[in-house]
Amino acid sequence: MELMLAITISITVAAGVLLVLSGELFRLVIGLAMLGSTVNLVVFMTARPASLTPPVIAPGVATLPADAVNALPQALVLTAIVIGFALLCFSLVLAAWLARRQRHADVDRLRTTEPAASDAVKPPILED
Amino acid sequence: MLPLAPVLVPLLTALLTASLPHHPRLRGITSLAGALALLASAVALFLHVHQDGAMSVALGNWPLPYAIEFVADGLGTALVLTAALLGLCVIAHALATAAGTEPAEQARAGLHPLLHALLAAVMAVFLAGDLFNLYVWFELMLIATLGLLVLGAERRHAEAALKYFATSMLGTLLMLAAVGLIYGATGHLNFSALQGAMRDPQVAAALPAPVTLLLLALLLKAGVFPLFLWLPASYHTLPAAALALIGGLLTKVALYVVMRLLGGVFAGMPGLLAEALGWLAVITMISGVLGAAYHWDIRRILAFHIVSQIGYLLLGVALASPAGAAGTAFFLVHNVLVKAQLFLICALIWMAAGHHDLRRIGGLYVARPLLAVLFLIGAFSLVGVPPSSGFWGKLLLVREAFAQDRLVWGGAALGVGLLTLYSMSKIWLEGFWKPHPAARPEGAPAHAALHPAAYAGVLALTVPIVALGLYPEAALRHLELATQTLWLVGGPR
Amino acid sequence: MTPRSALLAFAARPLYWLLLAAALWILLRGHNEPGGGFIGGLVAVAASSLVAIALDTAAARRLQPLAPLPLAMLGVGLAMLSGLAGAATGAPYLTHLWTAWGVSTVMLFDAGVFLAVWGALTGYVYALLADNGQAAQ
Repeated sequence: MELMLAITISITVAAGVLLVLSGELFRLVIGLAMLGSTVNLVVFMTARPASLTPPVIAPGVATLPADAVNALPQALVLTAIVIGFALLCFSLVLAAWLARRQRHADVDRLRTTEPAASDAVKPPILED
Repeated sequence: MLPLAPVLVPLLTALLTASLPHHPRLRGITSLAGALALLASAVALFLHVHQDGAMSVALGNWPLPYAIEFVADGLGTALVLTAALLGLCVIAHALATAAGTEPAEQARAGLHPLLHALLAAVMAVFLAGDLFNLYVWFELMLIATLGLLVLGAERRHAEAALKYFATSMLGTLLMLAAVGLIYGATGHLNFSALQGAMRDPQVAAALPAPVTLLLLALLLKAGVFPLFLWLPASYHTLPAAALALIGGLLTKVALYVVMRLLGGVFAGMPGLLAEALGWLAVITMISGVLGAAYHWDIRRILAFHIVSQIGYLLLGVALASPAGAAGTAFFLVHNVLVKAQLFLICALIWMAAGHHDLRRIGGLYVARPLLAVLFLIGAFSLVGVPPSSGFWGKLLLVREAFAQDRLVWGGAALGVGLLTLYSMSKIWLEGFWKPHPAARPEGAPAHAALHPAAYAGVLALTVPIVALGLYPEAALRHLELATQTLWLVGGPR
Repeated sequence: MTPRSALLAFAARPLYWLLLAAALWILLRGHNEPGGGFIGGLVAVAASSLVAIALDTAAARRLQPLAPLPLAMLGVGLAMLSGLAGAATGAPYLTHLWTAWGVSTVMLFDAGVFLAVWGALTGYVYALLADNGQAAQ
């Protein structure tokens, strides 16, 4: 189980990094979301994922079974998923808005805030 | 309940102001009242901790170390107080200049709730007692900042938000992964429990890698070389009040966490780490100040100076001694106030002269002498001319660097001070001294009128800056006491 | 927009109420068994999204008790207030109180989470579905 998770994590990280570096707006957003899911898996790994015993104290017993799954990382992952989800939604809306506005999705052409220098010595003047 | 008040008050204010989208007047009053209440709660907490020592509260009455814990100690409450003061000044500025600055009605409706949400997140980071809680509040900080970035709803805002989002998100993910790995290695998230777990040499041996990962995330959020380019690419699109709050606080918050973690929770990390941080600090200082020297847009000059000042703070952390920590803490308080003051002055310059670029403005010394004096106070503090607040901060750091025989580090800090003077005199000569390029020989003035109330925020910030410069003893004594436990485990190398 | 399925448009409203009932059931079930405010809220978002896609966003907005942003704020406010009840008795913030018939401040907290999720995420969904690109909120 650990090995399988580790392989999954490394493949998804590679895919996420590839997407983030592709220079295309939506791939960037999806890539970051993929990296987010991978990180959630990393946190999930700390919860003794090979065990199949739920962290529930059975009636009549005082303590948890020793091999029970650790419930805390799962709570952490859930929190991280919620926050990641909100940020994914925000970034999708933002990317869609930008792409509609510019009529392209090329990250390298987003230069409004930092226009290329036309002068050899001084930076261009920002009119706003 | 008291340690939570600085978090709950701004959260509640954010909700209240957000529920008044169509009542600008009532919203303004609520926002100001909320900022005043925040300052009152911060003062109460500060005094309480100052007299009776650190306080902590475990949410939901769960047993420690499993509960979410908030800890208010001397250092955290000093910064909470600084941030609350800054919040009040920024909100006063936003209200006093509301007529002239933000373009759209919608932007003004979103501004105050987001400012308060950001303040709540910053306060919570100062008071957080465990790693995961820290991560959650960093996320709220990110969300509030993104909201402020897109308020203007034009192309440049969306672009800046995207750049900010992409880099910050990467930092956030690294942080979460590091938190997970640290939990995996120690079984703890709570700061004091982690500190206890560090005593086991086997656990301590497993920690350098995940702690370095966590550090990488925090350094990215602090804008340390080479991960600072997102900062000057996005900050200058923010609304003026948000720029002052974010430019003043956010990157320093990440640095505060670095100091707290390396000096307290994970004290005893290998000396190589401090060595690397020191050199990173030197490069950060230099690259920031050189970037500022190139630019002519005041906002961008100041944004690059944020990076440069982060270098000083990181230098103090790299010195890894109680004296270095005290210097860092003092520099932190000074820098938060001065940076925000300069950004607010920048907003007033825009209102009076009509542009942010030094090539398009001028003559402010004659037209707005009060603004010129206020700018000089801020600029001298940033450079570190005695007796300004920045002088004491730099003195402490440079003295400790030389005491540890870190001659290059201390020398770089002094040299960067000179280059800072160059940038500040550029703003002075071009913005204040030379005549306005659009000035007609006689007749209509080239400057718009400034309502006296517009100075409220800047003046309120200048008072503590001057006070810190002329009478640093009280603050110094408090901060030295608050940081004396940092780096005691490992001790100076 | 792509042509809509008549069947989906016809079924959307009954399905909306069915999903909303399921969402409420999940919310209340979370008290003692798997479920809770977040998951219930997500099902409610699914219900609203279904109507927004099958009919239009205006219809989905009309079916919600409040506009997305106020709904989310009401939720966050409820969750924050639920912690104050425990604090009023002298216990730390977010200490929850239970009464005899299973009614508790935890339920208030969960209901707050439910509303916050429902409001915030439908806000995003409507912004993504809107053609005119009014997406700044």
